[in-house]
Amino acid sequence: MLKLLSILVILTPSMPLAAEPMGLGRVAMPDEIAAWDIDVRPDGLGLPAGSGSVAFGEEVFVENCAACHGDFAEGVGRYPALAGGIGTLTDVRPTRTVGSFYPYLSTVWDFINRAMTVGYGTELSDDEIYAVTAYVLYSNDLVGDDFVLSRENFTSIRLPNEGGFYMDNRAQVELPRFRHLACMSECKSSVEITMTVKNTGE
Amino acid sequence: MTEKTDHKTTRRGFLASGIAVGGAVASGRAAVAGEAEITEMQPWRRNLGDPVNNAPYGTPSQFEADVLRRPVAWLTPDATTAVSFTPLHALDGTITPNGLCFERHHGGVAQVDPEKYRLMINGLVDRPLIFTLQDLLRFPRENRTYFLECAANSGMEWRGVQMDGVQFTHGMIHNVEYTGVPLRYLLEEAGVQTAGKWLLAEGGDASGMSRSIPMEKALEDCLIAFKMNGEALRAEQGYPVRLVVPGWEGNMWVKWLRRLEVGDMPWHHREETSKYSDLMADGRTRRFTWEMDAKSVITTPSPQAPVLHGKGPMVLSGLAWSGRGSIPRVDVTLDGGINWHQARMDGPELDKSLRRFYYDFNWDGTALLLQSRAHDSTGYVQPTKDALRSLRGVNSNYHNNGIQTWHLGKDGRVRNVEVT
Ligand code: HEC
Repeated sequence: MLKLLSILVILTPSMPLAAEPMGLGRVAMPDEIAAWDIDVRPDGLGLPAGSGSVAFGEEVFVENCAACHGDFAEGVGRYPALAGGIGTLTDVRPTRTVGSFYPYLSTVWDFINRAMTVGYGTELSDDEIYAVTAYVLYSNDLVGDDFVLSRENFTSIRLPNEGGFYMDNRAQVELPRFRHLACMSECKSSVEITMTVKNTGE
Repeated sequence: MTEKTDHKTTRRGFLASGIAVGGAVASGRAAVAGEAEITEMQPWRRNLGDPVNNAPYGTPSQFEADVLRRPVAWLTPDATTAVSFTPLHALDGTITPNGLCFERHHGGVAQVDPEKYRLMINGLVDRPLIFTLQDLLRFPRENRTYFLECAANSGMEWRGVQMDGVQFTHGMIHNVEYTGVPLRYLLEEAGVQTAGKWLLAEGGDASGMSRSIPMEKALEDCLIAFKMNGEALRAEQGYPVRLVVPGWEGNMWVKWLRRLEVGDMPWHHREETSKYSDLMADGRTRRFTWEMDAKSVITTPSPQAPVLHGKGPMVLSGLAWSGRGSIPRVDVTLDGGINWHQARMDGPELDKSLRRFYYDFNWDGTALLLQSRAHDSTGYVQPTKDALRSLRGVNSNYHNNGIQTWHLGKDGRVRNVEVT
């Protein structure tokens, strides 16, 4: 047995190591996972307990979000609008918002929680995030002014554009078309310039 | 004797004699035929240069001060969720210098203390794990050179020509040799359960950037990288650790990586629904368009790199890449696509990496319409912008890999144009 061990010790340094666990790292503790595991999924997995009303959400929004997104979530300057634009996706200039474009409400909750709070100097409780999320729904005319969003009713709220997304289909729609022999000579009879850049004022 | 002393004694004496010599040359200029660069002594010849280690971390020559990343402020809401572009017109070869790699951040540049750096793996794994940077350095590691292209590169050109320079039309790309640990090793360490088909990669920065990655890709060729071009990652590229997702859109290469969660379905987070998805003309949206289609562009001449030498021998140069493989071939046209010529391919043909091409020709001094067309190892041929528009419309914002046209004028100036 000892002999075998010493053979292993001699062999190991030159052997690829990754197939078996190497015993590196340490086990993550439940509180550590809880501190970092903040993500939320469309099926509601990851949502904490809590709830918030449209009315409370309006207060939270006006105080913490409106400077950039406008009182009615209509956007300020180059900061994005969170409301409006429903039915514009085939327009020449579509307006992509939570109401017009987002597939899932969980995306809104998750994003506000991860990116729109601490980084901008705001700490919001879970209830406050439910509330502003409810307010964003309200500003898109998707719920009434007495609506209360909670973990319990969360997945019953569906956004208008949920069915508007489909999996990348370039393999069927584009790749066959763009895998071809390339024309090398006299590929067209003439060439016209159709557009020239204007000075962008860089 | 006295003459010798005069030359050596005082600095004043030396300067005076210098002026006398200079005066003699000036007055006798007609007699000395040749360029002053040669016939007159230049300061770098006359004087000793800076001592060694004058710049302990070297910087480019003072004469290259214009070669900089540049932002376009109006593209994004503010400077913490913004972009700066790689100056492709000023670079050659295939490796992007670290300080010139374009930046895109959604919550500013995080400054992560490596001592406090932790990477967590949780979710559908047998052992949720925490790694320090030192732990990561004990896994076998690899060096691989890959391009990283932002999905929005050339996105401003969907509706037509807009940006007047290859830095701005194509500069959301860089090509770097990464040192890192195959992500597979870390996942094997944690033990992915059979239901674990997806991975959420999450950043530790203020934006908490998060993207869903299919497990197949995670196990195939992703790297947990800590070095770029030999040195530690730059802060703006995710120091101390970023994810490398070869060939796939840059947003998935999560910087300041702090957590990997294994799950049984994708998360549909903001950067894979509201953003980095492709709105088609019919109002429906293609999502998870991860692989970057084959693309190329002529980097010189280009609007920021006009032709200053007049007619005669000219080196046309450019870059090509594909998220699906390598680039065996690029074609170049001088007449807007009537006749094409195979470019001279340079350097090794690497997978999912930039390839440099050249076309050396005699310019007759007439106006030209320059284009390049990439072929990748899967047989895909880079399409025209109009071919893409006919399939996708003009509102998709992302993934524009159409053929770029530059108009080279008789005066050597270059403009961004589109042609029939
Ligand atoms: C300092 C300005 C600022 C404040 C304050 C702010 N936001 Fe934002 N918000 C932004 C910016 C900038 C973006 C776009 C981020 C990006 O693209 O990287 C954004 C994006 C969003 C989005 C996603 C929009 C889309 O089209 O995908 C939502 C939802 C949102 N914010 C909600 C909120 C809420 C709710 C609050 C208040 C708790 C808030 N924001 C506070 C600047 C701000």
